Amino acid sequence: MLTWIALTALLLFSLATYMAGRRRAVAVTAGKPAQLHSLPGYYGSYAALWAGVPAALLILLFAMFGGRLEAGLLRVDPPAAVQELTAPQQDVFYDDARAIARGGTPSETIYDGALKTALEDKAAKSQQISSLIQYGSIGLGAILALAGVFIAYPRISPQFRARNKVEGWVAGLFVVCSVTAILTTAGIIASLVWESWRFFQAVPVHEFLLGTEWNPQIAMRADQFAGAGAFGAVPLFVGTFLIMLIAMMVAAPIGLFSAIYLSEYASPWTRSVVKPLLEILAGVPTVVYGFFAALTVGPLFRSFFNWIGAQLAGGSFDGLAQYLMQVQNQMALVAGAVMGIMLIPFVSSLSDDIINAVPQSLRDGSLAMGATRSETVKKVVLPAALPGIMAALLLAVSRAVGETMIVTMAAGLQARMTLNPLDTVTTVTVQIVTLLTGDQEFDSPKTLSAFGLGLTLFAVTLMLNIVALRIVRKYREQYD
Amino acid sequence: MTDAALTPSANSLRQTVEARLKKRHAQEMRFRLYGRLAIVIALSFLAILLGRIVTQGYSTFIDYQITVPVHLDASKIDKADPTGANYDMLVANSVLAKLGETDDEFGNKSGKVLEIMSNDLGFQLLKMVREDPSLIGKTVTVTGPVKSDAALYFKDQIKRATPEDERKLDNQQLDWMDKLKASGAVTSGFNTGFLTRSDSTEPEQAGVLGAIVGSLMMLLVTATLAIPIGVLAATYLEEFAPKNRWTDLIEVNINNLAAVPSIVYGLLGLAVFINWMAVPRSSPLVGGLVLALMSLPTVIIATRSALKAVPPSIREAALGVGASRTQTVFHHVLPLAMPGVMTGAILSLAHALGETAPLLMIGMVSFVPGVPEGFTGAATVLPVQVFIWENASERGFHERTAAAIIVLLVFMIVMNLAAILLRRRFERRW
Repeated sequence: MLTWIALTALLLFSLATYMAGRRRAVAVTAGKPAQLHSLPGYYGSYAALWAGVPAALLILLFAMFGGRLEAGLLRVDPPAAVQELTAPQQDVFYDDARAIARGGTPSETIYDGALKTALEDKAAKSQQISSLIQYGSIGLGAILALAGVFIAYPRISPQFRARNKVEGWVAGLFVVCSVTAILTTAGIIASLVWESWRFFQAVPVHEFLLGTEWNPQIAMRADQFAGAGAFGAVPLFVGTFLIMLIAMMVAAPIGLFSAIYLSEYASPWTRSVVKPLLEILAGVPTVVYGFFAALTVGPLFRSFFNWIGAQLAGGSFDGLAQYLMQVQNQMALVAGAVMGIMLIPFVSSLSDDIINAVPQSLRDGSLAMGATRSETVKKVVLPAALPGIMAALLLAVSRAVGETMIVTMAAGLQARMTLNPLDTVTTVTVQIVTLLTGDQEFDSPKTLSAFGLGLTLFAVTLMLNIVALRIVRKYREQYD
Repeated sequence: MTDAALTPSANSLRQTVEARLKKRHAQEMRFRLYGRLAIVIALSFLAILLGRIVTQGYSTFIDYQITVPVHLDASKIDKADPTGANYDMLVANSVLAKLGETDDEFGNKSGKVLEIMSNDLGFQLLKMVREDPSLIGKTVTVTGPVKSDAALYFKDQIKRATPEDERKLDNQQLDWMDKLKASGAVTSGFNTGFLTRSDSTEPEQAGVLGAIVGSLMMLLVTATLAIPIGVLAATYLEEFAPKNRWTDLIEVNINNLAAVPSIVYGLLGLAVFINWMAVPRSSPLVGGLVLALMSLPTVIIATRSALKAVPPSIREAALGVGASRTQTVFHHVLPLAMPGVMTGAILSLAHALGETAPLLMIGMVSFVPGVPEGFTGAATVLPVQVFIWENASERGFHERTAAAIIVLLVFMIVMNLAAILLRRRFERRW
């Protein structure tokens, strides 16, 4: 709250500085503003930037990291009673001290004797430190703001190139914004690698990548850290692959054929109707597809297979019939089919772009030789567009592998090594969600394994994307 | 040349060509048919998906309210401590009186009545008595929803034809409900409660207000971060950046980020924002931060293509009359590209509105029975509310899940329409 007030005050202060700077710029020319190098507003902005930006950055930094600073300072000079506690107990102790200082709810740990006095002591200290940090940062901010004014204000003179200076600040802002994208990637890689590295200390990499038994629940019991083969991710990879395969078997033909039809046959009117409709299909949130899969497609498929089973029962395929009669809602086929529906517009719009990029002269040449339209498509357009279409399909595969909500809602949780579409399987993303929702301890391999899975997922999708984007790029250059 | 002049061999050639042509045309027809079929299949999936959700969800917007006069028996309510009384039982007894039944000594009948009407009525009574203790001893009228199972019976989704032990309500309860409806005590109307209440453990009292507010707050955070940063980054890359390895790297990087699975952004948010920077879990702030990072690449890509569409002559004219490059961009190029930029931004926000997976990672699956208290308070958002309700076991929640999806889709359609209108209204062809 205090931070917000300080920031608002700072904003008003720099507005005032702007007005003052502008007025001074006009004043120093003694009534001839045309003598100025830049427009008067630039002098005002220059002063306002010096007054506002460094101070605002300082206050924001303290607001973001003040809590950590406070926690660190609180641990300096621990009382003897606290030193005897184990490291996790100390963490709880300090958290409680800070919670009490803040009027929050501490944990239910009971402290007595020396610990109780230590707690009260530390709570009081925490309050002191936090107000020191808060007021200190605002004080420092005020000093910075004033210093900024003292730096900028005297520089205002007709020869001063205020516009260039202000544009220098703007250029800095540009670079900071562009670097955000790099920072995001760095953040993703750093967080995934760091947490996975902690996981791989408990479970060796080869065991994770090659093991064939996945049962992370075992590890929750303290004496069974990484029970033999419990973190083998191969069944998850197989499950992900199976569902991806089913999805592609639905999405690739339908998406491709609709793209061909839309770009080669459809009248402009059909295109203008069908394309927006397909965009709606693409815009439906995945949680909606998940709901559809879990409550409509799942029961439908199950009753269909159960019905076939009932028809076959007692005949020569009795074994198959018995199997069909016990298939579950969560079979891989359901999640895969619905994911395929989700991917249709994705495949179709990407391939549509690529097919449209094939030069008309190729088509005209082929048609002039007497080929029918379908022959032109099959023998000329598709071969020319093939690399691009492969890239589109690879991007679709990457989407299918990373898709989460449909499989979380419609696929199962049992990790099984099977390629039977009627069995329930689980995927990498489903396991990440199950491992990380609900209560978590951040040092158990169970939670950390989610980051191991995340790293694998990121690596695989990144590879697919890089290959696909490279193909697209290379291919585009061919006809430009 | 006439046919008669043809030699026999040419004739047979003609026949083979015609036969082959026929085959080729048949092939052509088949190929075209496959294309049509693919489109019909895709569109029918869309129709089935939307139709199914509407048929499952529309009934939520009808609700059944029961109105009963309740005598606030002074002997059952302690004036000093009105919270202690069993208001549900008072309501149940009034309903029984209305039905002309008397409770047996074990309270079986009143127990059954409590299974068909919401405990919201009891809460209302408690609230009334608390505000005005003088009501004790008088008779007041309360109106509240019936329990979701009862509403499902009224909506004909629980059928009398089903054997009694396979449905939740027994024949006596069904008889009572018919009687109540016939007497006018139960009335149906538009379910405003669904839009004005927040999540609840009782399906008939659960609504989407908290989720809508949470979604809007989160989108506000996303928009204030992703749009300025994305637009500035795109402007830099498109208008200022020198072509070198660094900018190439940034470009490849942005294209790859756009295709990173959303759940990975959730992992990033969990590790960086929650564990490292200690942003409160499941708050709109942390959700908005994660979604901002996620939509940043799409905003950048959309802005770049909008900037590319502005012809170079505009820039040259501005530079020619003495504007600096920064002035050229901010005074001329960006304003002209704005419709395209805003269209892209709205579309990526619409996408962020429907995103669920990364939010599960940052703890948004908790039960939040109210409107979020602020940007750092616990919140839930529409797609996550769908996910939570879908997991609930009671049948009443399934209907509400579909209704919540309808609300979500309405929001998305509105945003998409806004984008389309913006594009139609302001787009300039050069």
